Amino acid sequence: MQNQLAGRGTLLRDRVFMWLLFISLAIGVLTLAILLIYVTVKGWPRLDLRLFTNMPSVRDAQNAGAQSAITGTIWVISFTALIALPTGVLAALHLEEFARPDSRFQRFIEINIQNLAAVPSIVYGILGLAVFARALALGQSVITASLTLALLVLPVIIISTREALRAVPRNIRDGSLALGATEWQTAYRQTLPAAIPGIATGTILALSRAIGEAAPLLLLGAVSFITFNPDGVLSGYTTLPIQIFNWTKESREEFQVLAAATIVVLLLLLLAMNFVAIWIRNRTQKRW
Amino acid sequence: MALNTASETAEGLSLRQSRPRYGEKVIRFVLAAAAFVSIFTTFGILISLLIPSIEFFLEVPITDFLFGTTWTPLFKDGEFGVLPLLSGTIVITVIAIAVAIPLGLGASIYLSEYASTRVRKVLKPTLEVLAGIPTVVFGFFALEFLTQLVLIKIFPGIEVFNALSAGLIMGIMIIPTIASLSEDAMAAVPSGLRDGAYALGSTKRQTAIKVVIPAALSGIVAAFVLGISRAIGETMIVTIAAGLQPQLSFNPLIGMQTMTSYIAAAGSGDLATGSIEYKSIFAVGMLLFVLTFIMNIFSIRLVRRFRQVYQ
Repeated sequence: MQNQLAGRGTLLRDRVFMWLLFISLAIGVLTLAILLIYVTVKGWPRLDLRLFTNMPSVRDAQNAGAQSAITGTIWVISFTALIALPTGVLAALHLEEFARPDSRFQRFIEINIQNLAAVPSIVYGILGLAVFARALALGQSVITASLTLALLVLPVIIISTREALRAVPRNIRDGSLALGATEWQTAYRQTLPAAIPGIATGTILALSRAIGEAAPLLLLGAVSFITFNPDGVLSGYTTLPIQIFNWTKESREEFQVLAAATIVVLLLLLLAMNFVAIWIRNRTQKRW
Repeated sequence: MALNTASETAEGLSLRQSRPRYGEKVIRFVLAAAAFVSIFTTFGILISLLIPSIEFFLEVPITDFLFGTTWTPLFKDGEFGVLPLLSGTIVITVIAIAVAIPLGLGASIYLSEYASTRVRKVLKPTLEVLAGIPTVVFGFFALEFLTQLVLIKIFPGIEVFNALSAGLIMGIMIIPTIASLSEDAMAAVPSGLRDGAYALGSTKRQTAIKVVIPAALSGIVAAFVLGISRAIGETMIVTIAAGLQPQLSFNPLIGMQTMTSYIAAAGSGDLATGSIEYKSIFAVGMLLFVLTFIMNIFSIRLVRRFRQVYQ
């Protein structure tokens, strides 16, 4: 009867196994879909211009908006990028192009960066509180938040920049060096430009992580109700995730709707950033 | 004059560098300094945790902290036994891991061994979108949707803030971490091993379970450990959905406080720098850092060893 190598029971088990695997993947994807639909439907009644033109409130749900949170997010993220991007790219250039590979110290730096990428974000909040807010007396300001978030995303930027640099073929460097360019000229004029698409993608993804981050900012003063837009780096601030968090704590249903509407704004912002990242990757993908 | 030109040319052609390049040295120094920022960060974290922690342990004996069963920092004669925070962290982490390990591993086997290239191209990025959702959004979803629309119907006695909803949603959040790292590990298994198994008559399932998973095991374990580390360190989901009540209990239907949500709650108030409550943030933070540090290093080492085997 059975001329197959595997018996019928085995084949049935194989099918069941495959379906179980598929279901485990589907549960994640389905939860994502339910989450997106739920927040959109829930936030829909308040998804209008008031979110952008009005200031937050915990009393007047009808007229509350999220303007200070939107401007605060833009301020904080701009300075985060300004600090983290150059530092991360320079550090990656050092590790990938200049440092002696496989020295003991180099391995230590690498493990250190990998560990920093996995340190809980709230620990960065503690660092920011102790060092930037209190020891350096920068207080609960935009720059404290930006410095803290910059340290938080730095490992991610370093790791993705190194990958982008590593993907640039060796012979481009060799060609440049053979023509008499110094190592820095080679790195700056040949390797770095060739790696820019990869660096841009990695940086945008790192910054979108910083935009959604709330935990460290809880320790850095973003929780207090801010009904003004920041006017400088030492100004008080709030951000979108913090504003969402503040509204989830309110018991009245209107504020939950407001939270959902603000979540939609935050997710759209992240979606736009991700599209830019994918667009850059697809547009400039080079094959060597 | 002709002689002069000739010697100049000869010098220009010489492979020896003609003059020291100071600019090059300065730039190298700047680059190295940027790389050192990561080391300063680690030292900054250690020092900013250590000093207030030591001050804390001068007031509260470390044994009272580690083995005490009551956490009441805001009372007049507050007690600082961290076990209730630890048990809250453990309960929620166990729930999250019970969701994330089977689903993450299942998803990774499907993506690496079963899915066609086309299906992979759609499903993998979709799963990774999960990793990009801000945790505050997951917290909102756990509290408003999962607890109030779903769990309350299944467990009528459940509290509004409970460990179960936070744990379940955290598990979903960690799926991409576990799935993508395990998939990397499985993709690195040489296809010769699979072909050998097929040649001996194994089915796809037998190959996956008996050949690919064992071959990729250290990479998969590294993914699990990193997932656990993320669960322990996650803050916003528990702060929003699990409540702020320290409880030494293993009942997932009640509210609990974790190490992270204590830090968030205490730290967002305006505490005086020298007060014992302020220092307690750092003591709990130290414990959190040490626990996640051990797991991260373990996971990083496993991945390294795994890479060495197949390269």
